[in-house]
Amino acid sequence: MSLAHRIIPCLDTDGERVVKGVNFVNLRDAGDPAALAARYNTEGADELVVLDIAASRDHRPTFLATIRRVAAELAIPLTAGGGVATIDEGRAILRAGADKLTVNTAAIRKPELLTELAAEFGSQAVVLAIDAKRVPHPSKKDHWEAFVRGGSVATGIDAVAWARQGVDCGAGEILITSMDKDGTRSGFDCALTAAISRAVTVPVIASGGADAPETFLEVFREGKADAALAASIFHDSIQGLGALKRYLAEQGVSVRQTG
Amino acid sequence: MNIALIEYGAGNLPSVERALARLGVESRRASTPDALADADTLILPGVGHFGALMRSLGERSLVNPLRDAVSRGVPLLGICLGLQAMFATSDEAPGDAGLNLFPQNVSALPPTDRLPHMGWNQLRRLRSSKLLEGVPENAYFYFAHSYAALDAGDAGVAMCDHSASFIAIVERNNVFATQFHPEKSGPVGARVLSNFVHHAAGAKTQRSGGER
Repeated sequence: MSLAHRIIPCLDTDGERVVKGVNFVNLRDAGDPAALAARYNTEGADELVVLDIAASRDHRPTFLATIRRVAAELAIPLTAGGGVATIDEGRAILRAGADKLTVNTAAIRKPELLTELAAEFGSQAVVLAIDAKRVPHPSKKDHWEAFVRGGSVATGIDAVAWARQGVDCGAGEILITSMDKDGTRSGFDCALTAAISRAVTVPVIASGGADAPETFLEVFREGKADAALAASIFHDSIQGLGALKRYLAEQGVSVRQTG
Repeated sequence: MNIALIEYGAGNLPSVERALARLGVESRRASTPDALADADTLILPGVGHFGALMRSLGERSLVNPLRDAVSRGVPLLGICLGLQAMFATSDEAPGDAGLNLFPQNVSALPPTDRLPHMGWNQLRRLRSSKLLEGVPENAYFYFAHSYAALDAGDAGVAMCDHSASFIAIVERNNVFATQFHPEKSGPVGARVLSNFVHHAAGAKTQRSGGER
Protein backbone atom coordinates (compact mmCIF):
# COMPACT_ATOMS: atom_id res chain seq x y z
CA MET A 1 0.00 0.00 0.00
CA SER A 2 1.58 3.26 -1.06
CA LEU A 3 0.89 6.52 -2.79
CA ALA A 4 0.45 5.92 -6.52
CA HIS A 5 2.65 7.66 -9.06
CA ARG A 6 0.39 10.00 -10.97
CA ILE A 7 0.03 10.31 -14.76
CA ILE A 8 -1.21 13.78 -15.68
CA PRO A 9 -2.33 14.83 -19.16
CA CYS A 10 -1.80 18.54 -19.76
CA LEU A 11 -3.96 20.78 -21.92
CA ASP A 12 -2.09 23.89 -23.06
CA THR A 13 -4.78 26.25 -24.24
CA ASP A 14 -4.83 29.58 -26.01
CA GLY A 15 -7.94 30.36 -23.98
CA GLU A 16 -10.47 28.08 -25.63
CA ARG A 17 -8.58 25.57 -27.81
CA VAL A 18 -5.86 23.09 -26.90
CA VAL A 19 -2.59 23.89 -28.65
CA LYS A 20 0.77 22.20 -28.71
CA GLY A 21 4.24 23.36 -29.73
CA VAL A 22 7.82 22.15 -29.71
CA ASN A 23 10.27 23.84 -27.33
CA PHE A 24 7.54 26.33 -26.46
CA VAL A 25 7.04 27.57 -30.07
CA ASN A 26 5.32 26.53 -33.35
CA LEU A 27 1.87 26.10 -31.82
CA ARG A 28 -0.77 24.03 -33.57
CA ASP A 29 -4.38 23.16 -32.71
CA ALA A 30 -4.83 19.92 -30.79
CA GLY A 31 -8.54 19.84 -30.01
CA ASP A 32 -11.38 20.86 -27.72
CA PRO A 33 -10.39 20.97 -24.02
CA ALA A 34 -13.69 19.62 -22.66
CA ALA A 35 -13.70 16.71 -25.12
CA LEU A 36 -10.12 15.79 -24.25
CA ALA A 37 -10.86 16.17 -20.53
CA ALA A 38 -13.81 13.79 -20.79
CA ARG A 39 -11.65 11.25 -22.61
CA TYR A 40 -8.79 11.39 -20.10
CA ASN A 41 -11.20 11.21 -17.15
CA THR A 42 -12.61 7.97 -18.55
CA GLU A 43 -9.27 6.51 -19.60
CA GLY A 44 -7.79 6.75 -16.10
CA ALA A 45 -5.86 10.02 -15.87
CA ASP A 46 -4.99 10.71 -12.23
CA GLU A 47 -5.32 14.45 -12.57
CA LEU A 48 -5.59 17.03 -15.32
CA VAL A 49 -3.65 20.25 -15.83
CA VAL A 50 -5.00 23.11 -17.95
CA LEU A 51 -2.67 25.99 -18.73
CA ASP A 52 -3.48 29.24 -20.45
CA ILE A 53 -0.33 29.76 -22.47
CA ALA A 54 -1.61 33.06 -23.89
CA ALA A 55 -2.07 34.22 -20.30
CA SER A 56 -3.17 37.69 -21.25
CA ARG A 57 -5.75 39.72 -19.33
CA ASP A 58 -7.99 39.87 -22.43
CA HIS A 59 -8.09 36.11 -22.59
CA ARG A 60 -8.95 35.58 -18.92
CA PRO A 61 -12.76 35.35 -19.21
CA THR A 62 -12.35 32.83 -22.04
CA PHE A 63 -9.94 30.76 -19.96
CA LEU A 64 -12.29 30.77 -16.95
CA ALA A 65 -15.07 29.51 -19.21
CA THR A 66 -12.72 26.76 -20.42
CA ILE A 67 -11.97 25.75 -16.80
CA ARG A 68 -15.70 25.53 -16.11
CA ARG A 69 -16.29 23.37 -19.19
CA VAL A 70 -13.34 21.11 -18.33
CA ALA A 71 -14.25 20.79 -14.64
CA ALA A 72 -17.76 19.71 -15.57
CA GLU A 73 -16.27 16.64 -17.29
CA LEU A 74 -14.03 15.52 -14.44
CA ALA A 75 -14.28 13.23 -11.42
CA ILE A 76 -10.54 13.70 -10.83
CA PRO A 77 -8.55 16.71 -9.60
CA LEU A 78 -7.97 19.70 -11.86
CA THR A 79 -5.02 22.08 -11.77
CA ALA A 80 -5.16 25.32 -13.75
CA GLY A 81 -3.00 28.35 -14.29
CA GLY A 82 -1.23 30.70 -16.62
CA GLY A 83 -0.48 34.30 -15.76
CA VAL A 84 -1.86 34.15 -12.20
CA ALA A 85 -0.46 37.20 -10.38
CA THR A 86 -2.96 38.04 -7.65
CA ILE A 87 -5.13 36.41 -4.98
CA ASP A 88 -8.26 37.49 -6.88
CA GLU A 89 -7.08 35.82 -10.09
CA GLY A 90 -6.32 32.69 -8.09
CA ARG A 91 -9.74 32.74 -6.50
CA ALA A 92 -11.43 33.14 -9.88
CA ILE A 93 -9.64 30.05 -11.19
CA LEU A 94 -10.51 27.96 -8.12
CA ARG A 95 -14.14 29.17 -8.20
CA ALA A 96 -14.32 28.17 -11.87
CA GLY A 97 -13.67 24.60 -10.74
CA ALA A 98 -9.92 24.06 -10.37
CA ASP A 99 -8.61 22.36 -7.23
CA LYS A 100 -5.10 23.75 -7.55
CA LEU A 101 -3.43 26.77 -9.13
CA THR A 102 -0.12 26.98 -10.91
CA VAL A 103 1.96 30.10 -10.47
CA ASN A 104 5.08 30.87 -12.48
CA THR A 105 6.24 34.31 -13.67
CA ALA A 106 4.50 36.34 -10.96
CA ALA A 107 6.04 34.23 -8.18
CA ILE A 108 9.56 34.86 -9.48
CA ARG A 109 8.86 38.58 -9.49
CA LYS A 110 7.29 38.40 -6.02
CA PRO A 111 7.87 35.17 -4.06
CA GLU A 112 5.55 36.39 -1.27
CA LEU A 113 2.68 35.76 -3.70
CA LEU A 114 3.16 32.05 -2.91
CA THR A 115 2.87 32.80 0.82
CA GLU A 116 -0.27 34.86 0.28
CA LEU A 117 -1.90 32.21 -1.95
CA ALA A 118 -1.04 29.44 0.54
CA ALA A 119 -2.49 31.47 3.43
CA GLU A 120 -5.67 32.05 1.44
CA PHE A 121 -6.23 28.67 -0.21
CA GLY A 122 -3.84 26.27 1.57
CA SER A 123 -0.46 24.99 0.33
CA GLN A 124 -2.17 21.95 -1.21
CA ALA A 125 -3.76 24.33 -3.75
CA VAL A 126 -0.55 26.14 -4.75
CA VAL A 127 1.64 24.57 -7.44
CA LEU A 128 4.85 26.38 -8.34
CA ALA A 129 5.50 25.86 -12.07
CA ILE A 130 9.12 26.28 -13.12
CA ASP A 131 10.29 26.33 -16.75
CA ALA A 132 13.96 25.37 -16.63
CA LYS A 133 16.67 25.25 -19.26
CA ARG A 134 20.16 23.82 -18.96
CA VAL A 135 22.76 26.58 -19.19
CA PRO A 136 26.56 26.30 -18.91
CA HIS A 137 28.01 27.13 -15.51
CA PRO A 138 31.68 27.82 -14.75
CA SER A 139 31.87 25.40 -11.80
CA LYS A 140 28.77 23.14 -11.88
CA LYS A 141 28.30 20.23 -14.27
CA ASP A 142 24.50 20.39 -13.99
CA HIS A 143 22.95 23.82 -13.93
CA TRP A 144 19.45 24.89 -14.93
CA GLU A 145 18.08 28.38 -15.06
CA ALA A 146 14.42 29.39 -14.55
CA PHE A 147 12.75 31.13 -17.49
CA VAL A 148 9.53 33.13 -17.36
CA ARG A 149 6.82 34.44 -19.69
CA GLY A 150 6.23 31.07 -21.31
CA GLY A 151 9.93 30.30 -21.47
CA SER A 152 10.84 33.45 -23.41
CA VAL A 153 12.72 35.41 -20.76
CA ALA A 154 15.79 34.27 -18.82
CA THR A 155 15.91 35.18 -15.14
CA GLY A 156 19.45 34.18 -14.20
CA ILE A 157 17.89 32.31 -11.25
CA ASP A 158 19.04 28.77 -10.42
CA ALA A 159 15.96 26.57 -10.96
CA VAL A 160 16.81 24.18 -8.09
CA ALA A 161 17.42 26.97 -5.59
CA TRP A 162 14.19 28.64 -6.75
CA ALA A 163 12.21 25.43 -6.19
CA ARG A 164 13.56 25.25 -2.63
CA GLN A 165 12.74 28.89 -1.96
CA GLY A 166 9.28 28.50 -3.49
CA VAL A 167 8.48 25.64 -1.11
CA ASP A 168 9.76 27.68 1.84
CA CYS A 169 7.38 30.44 0.72
CA GLY A 170 4.37 28.10 0.69
CA ALA A 171 4.19 26.14 -2.58
CA GLY A 172 2.71 22.68 -1.94
CA GLU A 173 3.91 21.06 -5.16
CA ILE A 174 6.47 21.73 -7.92
CA LEU A 175 5.72 21.34 -11.62
CA ILE A 176 9.13 21.26 -13.28
CA THR A 177 9.21 21.58 -17.06
CA SER A 178 12.40 20.97 -18.98
CA MET A 179 12.44 23.47 -21.84
CA ASP A 180 15.19 21.45 -23.51
CA LYS A 181 12.94 18.39 -23.61
CA ASP A 182 9.49 19.92 -24.06
CA GLY A 183 7.76 18.57 -27.16
CA THR A 184 10.82 16.61 -28.31
CA ARG A 185 9.62 13.12 -27.27
CA SER A 186 13.17 12.26 -26.24
CA GLY A 187 12.51 11.35 -22.60
CA PHE A 188 12.15 13.45 -19.44
CA ASP A 189 15.14 15.34 -18.03
CA CYS A 190 15.78 12.91 -15.18
CA ALA A 191 18.82 14.80 -13.88
CA LEU A 192 16.82 18.03 -13.56
CA THR A 193 13.83 16.26 -11.99
CA ALA A 194 16.02 14.39 -9.50
CA ALA A 195 17.85 17.59 -8.53
CA ILE A 196 14.52 19.32 -7.83
CA SER A 197 13.15 16.26 -6.06
CA ARG A 198 16.18 16.09 -3.74
CA ALA A 199 15.93 19.80 -2.98
CA VAL A 200 12.30 19.89 -1.82
CA THR A 201 9.98 17.99 0.54
CA VAL A 202 6.79 18.49 -1.49
CA PRO A 203 5.61 16.33 -4.42
CA VAL A 204 7.29 16.94 -7.79
CA ILE A 205 5.59 16.69 -11.19
CA ALA A 206 8.00 16.13 -14.09
CA SER A 207 7.16 17.63 -17.47
CA GLY A 208 8.72 17.82 -20.92
CA GLY A 209 9.97 15.03 -23.17
CA ALA A 210 7.46 12.23 -22.47
CA ASP A 211 7.49 9.44 -25.02
CA ALA A 212 7.35 5.64 -24.69
CA PRO A 213 6.34 4.02 -21.36
CA GLU A 214 10.06 3.51 -20.61
CA THR A 215 10.50 7.29 -20.33
CA PHE A 216 7.90 7.37 -17.55
CA LEU A 217 9.59 4.48 -15.75
CA GLU A 218 12.89 6.41 -15.94
CA VAL A 219 11.48 9.63 -14.54
CA PHE A 220 9.86 7.78 -11.64
CA ARG A 221 12.96 5.67 -10.88
CA GLU A 222 15.88 7.97 -11.76
CA GLY A 223 14.10 11.31 -11.66
CA LYS A 224 12.38 10.48 -8.35
CA ALA A 225 9.24 12.16 -9.70
CA ASP A 226 5.94 11.73 -7.87
CA ALA A 227 3.97 12.46 -11.01
CA ALA A 228 4.65 12.78 -14.72
CA LEU A 229 2.91 15.14 -17.09
CA ALA A 230 2.54 14.84 -20.84
CA ALA A 231 0.51 16.40 -23.61
CA SER A 232 1.03 15.51 -27.26
CA ILE A 233 1.58 11.76 -26.80
CA PHE A 234 -1.87 11.59 -25.19
CA HIS A 235 -3.63 14.13 -27.46
CA ASP A 236 -2.35 12.38 -30.58
CA SER A 237 -3.17 8.92 -29.16
CA ILE A 238 0.47 7.87 -29.50
CA GLN A 239 0.26 6.51 -25.96
CA GLY A 240 -2.85 5.20 -24.20
CA LEU A 241 -3.20 5.84 -20.47
CA GLY A 242 -4.37 2.31 -19.69
CA ALA A 243 -1.50 0.65 -21.52
CA LEU A 244 1.01 3.02 -19.90
CA LYS A 245 -0.24 2.18 -16.43
CA ARG A 246 -0.28 -1.56 -17.13
CA TYR A 247 3.37 -1.32 -18.21
CA LEU A 248 4.34 0.66 -15.09
CA ALA A 249 2.50 -1.79 -12.81
CA GLU A 250 4.33 -4.70 -14.46
CA GLN A 251 7.61 -2.90 -13.73
CA GLY A 252 6.67 -2.64 -10.05
CA VAL A 253 5.72 1.04 -10.02
CA SER A 254 2.69 1.80 -7.85
CA VAL A 255 -0.03 3.20 -10.11
CA ARG A 256 -3.78 3.47 -9.88
CA GLN A 257 -5.33 1.20 -12.46
CA THR A 258 -8.92 1.65 -13.51
CA GLY A 259 -11.02 -1.01 -15.20
CA MET B 1 -34.51 14.04 -0.09
CA ASN B 2 -33.32 17.44 0.91
CA ILE B 3 -29.53 17.35 0.77
CA ALA B 4 -27.76 20.52 1.82
CA LEU B 5 -24.12 21.35 1.24
CA ILE B 6 -22.97 23.59 4.04
CA GLU B 7 -21.64 26.79 2.48
CA TYR B 8 -19.24 28.79 4.59
CA GLY B 9 -17.36 30.85 2.01
CA ALA B 10 -14.64 28.36 1.18
CA GLY B 11 -14.65 24.71 0.23
CA ASN B 12 -15.21 23.11 -3.13
CA LEU B 13 -18.97 22.99 -3.34
CA PRO B 14 -19.28 22.91 -7.15
CA SER B 15 -17.28 19.71 -7.50
CA VAL B 16 -19.37 17.98 -4.83
CA GLU B 17 -22.55 19.27 -6.47
CA ARG B 18 -21.44 17.94 -9.84
CA ALA B 19 -20.51 14.57 -8.34
CA LEU B 20 -23.98 14.30 -6.75
CA ALA B 21 -25.65 15.45 -9.97
CA ARG B 22 -23.87 12.64 -11.84
CA LEU B 23 -25.57 10.23 -9.41
CA GLY B 24 -28.90 11.88 -10.22
CA VAL B 25 -29.02 13.45 -6.75
CA GLU B 26 -30.09 17.07 -6.36
CA SER B 27 -28.55 19.20 -3.66
CA ARG B 28 -28.79 22.78 -2.50
CA ARG B 29 -26.52 25.06 -0.53
CA ALA B 30 -27.17 26.01 3.08
CA SER B 31 -25.46 29.06 4.52
CA THR B 32 -27.92 30.11 7.24
CA PRO B 33 -29.10 28.39 10.46
CA ASP B 34 -32.65 28.06 9.05
CA ALA B 35 -31.50 26.47 5.80
CA LEU B 36 -29.39 24.06 7.80
CA ALA B 37 -32.26 23.19 10.15
CA ASP B 38 -34.50 22.38 7.14
CA ALA B 39 -32.15 19.85 5.61
CA ASP B 40 -32.63 16.13 6.15
CA THR B 41 -29.11 15.30 4.96
CA LEU B 42 -25.97 17.40 5.36
CA ILE B 43 -22.60 17.47 3.64
CA LEU B 44 -19.67 19.51 4.98
CA PRO B 45 -17.11 19.80 2.18
CA GLY B 46 -13.82 21.41 2.93
CA VAL B 47 -10.53 22.62 1.64
CA GLY B 48 -8.27 25.17 3.26
CA HIS B 49 -7.56 25.91 6.89
CA PHE B 50 -9.13 24.37 10.05
CA GLY B 51 -9.23 27.72 11.88
CA ALA B 52 -10.68 29.56 8.89
CA LEU B 53 -13.41 26.94 8.48
CA MET B 54 -14.41 27.01 12.16
CA ARG B 55 -14.38 30.81 12.26
CA SER B 56 -16.52 30.97 9.08
CA LEU B 57 -19.04 28.54 10.57
CA GLY B 58 -19.03 30.64 13.76
CA GLU B 59 -19.54 33.95 11.93
CA ARG B 60 -22.54 32.46 10.13
CA SER B 61 -23.90 31.03 13.44
CA LEU B 62 -23.82 27.53 11.96
CA VAL B 63 -21.90 25.66 14.67
CA ASN B 64 -24.81 24.97 17.03
CA PRO B 65 -27.39 24.27 14.28
CA LEU B 66 -24.94 21.77 12.81
CA ARG B 67 -24.37 20.06 16.14
CA ASP B 68 -28.15 20.07 16.82
CA ALA B 69 -28.83 18.44 13.46
CA VAL B 70 -26.32 15.70 14.28
CA SER B 71 -28.05 15.13 17.68
CA ARG B 72 -31.41 14.83 15.90
CA GLY B 73 -29.95 12.03 13.81
CA VAL B 74 -29.58 13.94 10.53
CA PRO B 75 -26.96 12.12 8.41
CA LEU B 76 -23.80 14.19 7.98
CA LEU B 77 -20.89 13.57 5.59
CA GLY B 78 -17.66 15.47 6.14
CA ILE B 79 -15.09 15.63 3.34
CA CYS B 80 -11.35 16.28 3.87
CA LEU B 81 -11.22 19.40 6.07
CA GLY B 82 -14.88 18.60 6.81
CA LEU B 83 -13.64 15.41 8.53
CA GLN B 84 -11.02 17.33 10.48
CA ALA B 85 -13.59 19.92 11.63
CA MET B 86 -15.53 17.10 13.38
CA PHE B 87 -12.69 16.65 15.85
CA ALA B 88 -12.09 18.65 19.04
CA THR B 89 -8.89 20.45 18.08
CA SER B 90 -6.23 20.66 15.37
CA ASP B 91 -2.51 21.34 15.33
CA GLU B 92 -3.27 23.64 12.39
CA ALA B 93 -5.18 26.12 14.59
CA PRO B 94 -4.41 25.45 18.25
CA GLY B 95 -6.69 28.27 19.49
CA ASP B 96 -9.81 27.21 17.57
CA ALA B 97 -12.32 24.64 18.81
CA GLY B 98 -13.65 22.08 16.32
CA LEU B 99 -17.19 20.67 16.23
CA ASN B 100 -16.08 18.13 18.84
CA LEU B 101 -18.21 15.28 17.49
CA PHE B 102 -15.06 13.24 18.16
CA PRO B 103 -12.92 14.14 21.19
CA GLN B 104 -9.52 13.57 19.56
CA ASN B 105 -7.01 15.99 18.03
CA VAL B 106 -6.07 16.47 14.37
CA SER B 107 -2.28 16.26 14.05
CA ALA B 108 0.26 17.69 11.64
CA LEU B 109 1.59 14.69 9.69
CA PRO B 110 5.29 14.14 10.47
CA PRO B 111 7.65 14.97 7.56
CA THR B 112 8.62 11.33 7.02
CA ASP B 113 7.22 11.26 3.48
CA ARG B 114 6.62 14.11 1.06
CA LEU B 115 3.94 16.52 2.24
CA PRO B 116 1.27 17.51 1.43
CA HIS B 117 0.02 13.92 1.08
CA MET B 118 -1.10 14.55 -2.48
CA GLY B 119 -2.47 11.96 -4.81
CA TRP B 120 -4.10 8.54 -4.92
CA ASN B 121 -3.71 6.09 -2.06
CA GLN B 122 -5.25 2.86 -0.79
CA LEU B 123 -7.08 2.21 2.46
CA ARG B 124 -6.59 -0.27 5.27
CA ARG B 125 -9.96 -1.36 6.60
CA LEU B 126 -10.41 -1.84 10.35
CA ARG B 127 -14.08 -2.75 10.51
CA SER B 128 -17.07 -2.97 8.23
CA SER B 129 -17.88 0.34 6.59
CA LYS B 130 -21.17 1.56 5.15
CA LEU B 131 -19.36 4.03 2.88
CA LEU B 132 -17.13 1.31 1.43
CA GLU B 133 -19.91 -1.17 0.59
CA GLY B 134 -19.20 -2.59 -2.87
CA VAL B 135 -15.85 -0.81 -3.14
CA PRO B 136 -12.95 -3.12 -4.10
CA GLU B 137 -10.40 -3.71 -1.33
CA ASN B 138 -7.50 -2.29 -3.39
CA ALA B 139 -9.30 0.86 -4.63
CA TYR B 140 -7.40 4.15 -4.74
CA PHE B 141 -8.82 7.44 -3.42
CA TYR B 142 -7.61 11.01 -3.95
CA PHE B 143 -6.05 12.77 -0.94
CA ALA B 144 -4.67 16.33 -0.61
CA HIS B 145 -3.79 17.28 2.99
CA SER B 146 -0.98 17.80 5.51
CA TYR B 147 -3.01 17.28 8.70
CA ALA B 148 -4.91 14.18 9.78
CA ALA B 149 -6.59 12.55 12.77
CA LEU B 150 -4.42 9.70 13.99
CA ASP B 151 -7.13 8.19 16.17
CA ALA B 152 -10.92 8.27 16.26
CA GLY B 153 -11.60 5.46 18.74
CA ASP B 154 -14.28 3.03 17.54
CA ALA B 155 -15.42 5.52 14.87
CA GLY B 156 -12.32 4.93 12.78
CA VAL B 157 -13.28 2.36 10.15
CA ALA B 158 -10.44 2.75 7.62
CA MET B 159 -6.86 4.01 7.83
CA CYS B 160 -4.34 5.22 5.28
CA ASP B 161 -0.56 5.21 5.60
CA HIS B 162 1.59 8.15 4.50
CA SER B 163 4.07 9.72 6.90
CA ALA B 164 1.90 8.21 9.65
CA SER B 165 -1.01 5.85 9.98
CA PHE B 166 -4.07 8.12 9.95
CA ILE B 167 -7.85 8.00 9.85
CA ALA B 168 -9.22 7.82 6.30
CA ILE B 169 -12.89 7.20 7.17
CA VAL B 170 -14.94 7.76 10.33
CA GLU B 171 -18.43 6.38 10.77
CA ARG B 172 -20.52 6.57 13.91
CA ASN B 173 -24.32 6.37 13.82
CA ASN B 174 -25.38 9.22 11.50
CA VAL B 175 -21.92 10.81 11.25
CA PHE B 176 -19.67 9.91 8.30
CA ALA B 177 -16.48 11.50 7.02
CA THR B 178 -13.64 10.84 4.62
CA GLN B 179 -10.15 12.37 4.67
CA PHE B 180 -10.00 11.74 0.91
CA HIS B 181 -12.12 13.55 -1.68
CA PRO B 182 -14.82 11.15 -2.95
CA GLU B 183 -15.92 13.80 -5.46
CA LYS B 184 -12.42 13.67 -7.00
CA SER B 185 -11.90 9.91 -6.72
CA GLY B 186 -13.39 8.67 -9.98
CA PRO B 187 -15.87 5.76 -10.00
CA VAL B 188 -14.98 4.46 -6.52
CA GLY B 189 -15.48 7.94 -5.08
CA ALA B 190 -18.88 8.10 -6.75
CA ARG B 191 -19.72 4.79 -5.07
CA VAL B 192 -18.81 6.22 -1.65
CA LEU B 193 -21.07 9.23 -2.22
CA SER B 194 -23.85 7.00 -3.48
CA ASN B 195 -23.51 4.74 -0.41
CA PHE B 196 -23.85 7.80 1.83
CA VAL B 197 -26.91 9.08 -0.04
CA HIS B 198 -28.60 5.66 0.11
CA HIS B 199 -27.88 5.30 3.78
CA ALA B 200 -29.23 8.82 4.40
CA ALA B 201 -32.42 8.05 2.43
CA GLY B 202 -32.93 4.92 4.53
CA ALA B 203 -32.35 6.85 7.74
CA LYS B 204 -34.94 9.43 6.67
CA THR B 205 -37.56 6.77 6.07
CA GLN B 206 -36.87 5.33 9.52
CA ARG B 207 -37.08 8.75 11.20
CA SER B 208 -40.34 9.74 9.50
CA GLY B 209 -41.74 6.28 10.29
CA GLY B 210 -40.98 6.87 13.96
CA GLU B 211 -42.89 10.14 13.98
CA ARG B 212 -46.13 8.61 12.81
